[in-house]
Amino acid sequence: MSITSLLAISLGAILTNNFIFSQFLGICPFLGVSKKIDTAVGMGAAVTFVMGLASAVCYGINSLLKLAGLEYMQTVAFILVIAALVQFVEMFLKRYIPTLYTALGVYLPLITTNCAVLGVALLNVQNNYNFIESVVYGITGGLGFLLAIFLFAAVREQLEFSDTPKAFEGFPIALVTAGLIALAFMGFSGLQVWPQ
Amino acid sequence: MNVKKQLKEGLLTQNPVLVQLLGMCSTLAITTSVANGLGMGVSVIIILTLSNIIISLLRKIIPNEVRIACFIIVIAGFVTCVQLLMKAFLPELDKSLGVFIPLIVVNCIILGRAEVFASRNTMGVSALDGIFQGLGYTAVLLVMCVFRELFGAGTLLGVRIMPESYTNMGLLTLPVGGFLCLGALIAAMQWGMNRADKKKSSGEKEAE
Repeated sequence: MSITSLLAISLGAILTNNFIFSQFLGICPFLGVSKKIDTAVGMGAAVTFVMGLASAVCYGINSLLKLAGLEYMQTVAFILVIAALVQFVEMFLKRYIPTLYTALGVYLPLITTNCAVLGVALLNVQNNYNFIESVVYGITGGLGFLLAIFLFAAVREQLEFSDTPKAFEGFPIALVTAGLIALAFMGFSGLQVWPQ
Repeated sequence: MNVKKQLKEGLLTQNPVLVQLLGMCSTLAITTSVANGLGMGVSVIIILTLSNIIISLLRKIIPNEVRIACFIIVIAGFVTCVQLLMKAFLPELDKSLGVFIPLIVVNCIILGRAEVFASRNTMGVSALDGIFQGLGYTAVLLVMCVFRELFGAGTLLGVRIMPESYTNMGLLTLPVGGFLCLGALIAAMQWGMNRADKKKSSGEKEAE
């Protein structure tokens, strides 16, 4: 493992294989919490943090499961660990950083059912990443999510004032917008750290 | 609560994807081919029905404070069963659906129905609700799959349908196509519902 491979993983997670626009993980919070830029950024930051932490912890859990020969319990074990982790982060923030806790509000517990978090844990196992690669993939994947939700919220704030056909009002026009941003993100495909 | 009303709610007026806006991730991601859509739809119907049955049976035993955790364990158990069965008997489908089979655990449709319906109703009704909501989800998946596969790749279930001279609209099979298709579908749904509302209210006015 070298710095290059870590860079390649980061580049892939943020731009070429963005969690939202090319892998479709975490669409629910992406569409649900993107009406205002500041809440969107708060959500993105919280997801990044939990994704990094979940990648690290699930790597440990997976090695334990392998030792015990219980790989088929992966999904159940991961979701329980993530639920516990989110609860723990919530308690920690409430006790030590109350300002951030109040800013995130109801979005914190909802991270448990964000499929990007469980998705990153499962993808780490599928791609056979080692510990450092897993954590890097988790954090940069979260940053990709943050970038996506920030861009989307910025467009969506303007959308409020635009004159859309009645049937497209609200959700459908947001989906079309997301599609157009995804189209723009396709421009990144084929990007490599070192051209071979 | 009668069967007909439940069926109508599942398929149309309370459709999980088009009206409740749940389960977006899988709807967008796997609708590139009809085979994928069928596999995903059937898995979700099975898991949703079984988890609704178990949760409605346990609804008096599960304490209110930890209910979400209990629901997730029940759902994760069934998802693991389906995942292992699919790996054993349909390895190709398992490969093309990939990470989205284990991700059914966090599909909001299943957790949502457990919370809103199964934890408050008896077993029989909950089982029916699972089947009908699952059917509503599958119907949307299939509409999107047929559209995206037919026009995006010119095939249906892998068999070439369009004439050779037809140029594939490759855009549709890309992520962009998913977003645009679903957007248009939800817009059509809103249009239809607006019209139905108008008809109803104008009918009432005439009656007055």
